[in-house]
Amino acid sequence: MEALLQIAGLRVAFDGVPTLRGIDLTLKRGESLGMVGESGCGKSVTWLAALGLLTRRANITGSVRLAGEELLHAPASRLDKVRGGQIAMIFQDPASALNPVHTVGNQIIEALRLHRGMDHRTALAEARRLLDQVGIPDAARRLGAYPHQLSGGQSQRVVIAMALAGQPDILIADEPTTALDVTIQAQILELLRQIQRETGMALVLISHDLGIVSEICERVLVFYGGHIVEELPTDRLFDQPAHPYTRGLLAALPSLDAPRQRLFPIPGAVPNAADFPPGCPFAPRCDRRIGHCSEWAIELASLDGDIGHRAACLHVTSEPHQGEVVAA
Amino acid sequence: MARFIVVRLARALLTIGIVVTFAFVVLRAAGDPARALLSPETPAEAVEAFRKAWGLDAPLWVQYLRYLFAVGHGDLGQSMRDGRSAITVVAERIPDTLMLTAPALILNLLIGIPAGIYAALKRDSIADRLVMMVAVVGFTVPSFVLGLVFVLAFAVELPWLPSGGAGTWQHLVLPVVTLGLGGAAVLARFSRSAMLEVLGQPYIRAASAKGVPWASVVTGHALPNAAIAVLTIVGFMVGNLIAGTVLVESVFSWPGIGSLLVVSVASRDLAVVQCILLVVAAAMITTNVAIDLLYGVLDPRMRALRSGRR
Repeated sequence: MEALLQIAGLRVAFDGVPTLRGIDLTLKRGESLGMVGESGCGKSVTWLAALGLLTRRANITGSVRLAGEELLHAPASRLDKVRGGQIAMIFQDPASALNPVHTVGNQIIEALRLHRGMDHRTALAEARRLLDQVGIPDAARRLGAYPHQLSGGQSQRVVIAMALAGQPDILIADEPTTALDVTIQAQILELLRQIQRETGMALVLISHDLGIVSEICERVLVFYGGHIVEELPTDRLFDQPAHPYTRGLLAALPSLDAPRQRLFPIPGAVPNAADFPPGCPFAPRCDRRIGHCSEWAIELASLDGDIGHRAACLHVTSEPHQGEVVAA
Repeated sequence: MARFIVVRLARALLTIGIVVTFAFVVLRAAGDPARALLSPETPAEAVEAFRKAWGLDAPLWVQYLRYLFAVGHGDLGQSMRDGRSAITVVAERIPDTLMLTAPALILNLLIGIPAGIYAALKRDSIADRLVMMVAVVGFTVPSFVLGLVFVLAFAVELPWLPSGGAGTWQHLVLPVVTLGLGGAAVLARFSRSAMLEVLGQPYIRAASAKGVPWASVVTGHALPNAAIAVLTIVGFMVGNLIAGTVLVESVFSWPGIGSLLVVSVASRDLAVVQCILLVVAAAMITTNVAIDLLYGVLDPRMRALRSGRR
């Protein structure tokens, strides 16, 4: 299928300090894409840049095409239509994503009027339907509630309803469950999955939680230091990761069903964006580091033909046979 | 809500009680009114008679109880200078002071808030720096200095406006501007920081992500939230205005409460000073209650808190 959204060579720098160092990704209609990595690795910035939601201090270059139309540096009036109308984004802390002085209903209605040109009456009815759809009990009464009267889980449901109001083609969920209790997390994820099934929109799930991503997404992008270091189908994530960083993430993951065993943290920390190492950004922490790593221009290379598994590692490019099993 | 009002009323009464007591103690401690009011050559018997007539010969606690009793019955005593009731003396000055403070407050709000919002929206631009520079000058220069500078500039060097007195609208211009600018500067700085704080909130980015045009994000999402913080400072401004009016009325010889206070303190006109303090306290309390009620209008969280449910 043709790409719905295509990002090419996207770079972002704040005050001359690069945070995004050339991102290429495509998103197909209706697919679910996971983006994982540590905080500050560029997962969220990619989308904030694409939607023009970064401050003016950010220097953005590259290209973001939505159905062929360039979004970067598009006029504000056009971006206002895209935001919420074609690409909706929900954020980590639902409680603070809702404006405390407006009722839940009015915040949903605002989106309905902007993107679907509804009059107040129709919008009110549609807002009620949306709250029903995201599983808020007693939706009619809840329309008049203020955000502080909702629990965290309910707030996130309202935020999702607000995102659905514009009938977007793409929903970006930026750590949608991080601020929530574990029991609520599962409900919200189930809701996202169900909504994606019902509406057929593409879902981008940004998370640092590999488990969550693997449950929801068909394809995963692993971010490190403003680069995509690996792209792979979810079913290969746990048994055939190619990049040492992805393997490190998996080794650092506690397992519930296996006997209790040592976790292996990745040594060191993400380098500061201002004094970034040359070559592979992960090299200083990598256990497979060789001399060339710090001279190499990082680039994604394909593994195993066309199943869409690519990794940016010198070892991958030099060793044609791949598909190693992670050492447990 | 009923409980809220009862609590507020009780607190208001307590505040007034404290002000009344404070005024009583400070004025008695500050010197003998008989000596301040009568000339030094007055014979001792006459001074004694004056004390007796005003009840100043009784022990302090008796005077205090008498005074409390009288205040409780709405009797604020007579002016020692002209024998008229203190309430009358003060009341006839109130409209003049309002004539200064009300336009000054409006000037505060009309200049301060838009300037602050503008500076916040144009953060780090030259316009922002300029507004903030003017604001720093505005609130570091004391109002009496500003007043004298204005007199020098617009009454002496350029004889456009009268340097003092009352009567025509021209007399109002300099004192009102003097009184208004300092407050506008404070308000500009405060509005700017309140606005910046709100603009940094996640719900602002969320509103943009929803496709709300920036102008509507500012007016519909940012301003209503910033208003809550700005309201707090407006409460303080009213207090500042009352304090400022004492100085500004003196500089411009404006016949209001402020200049009456200065004269009455100088001459130990106890009843009048106490009456003014009461009026000021009542004004402050009214302002604070009004602001508390406005909080309820602006902030749904506050409403919930008051009605005791979540």
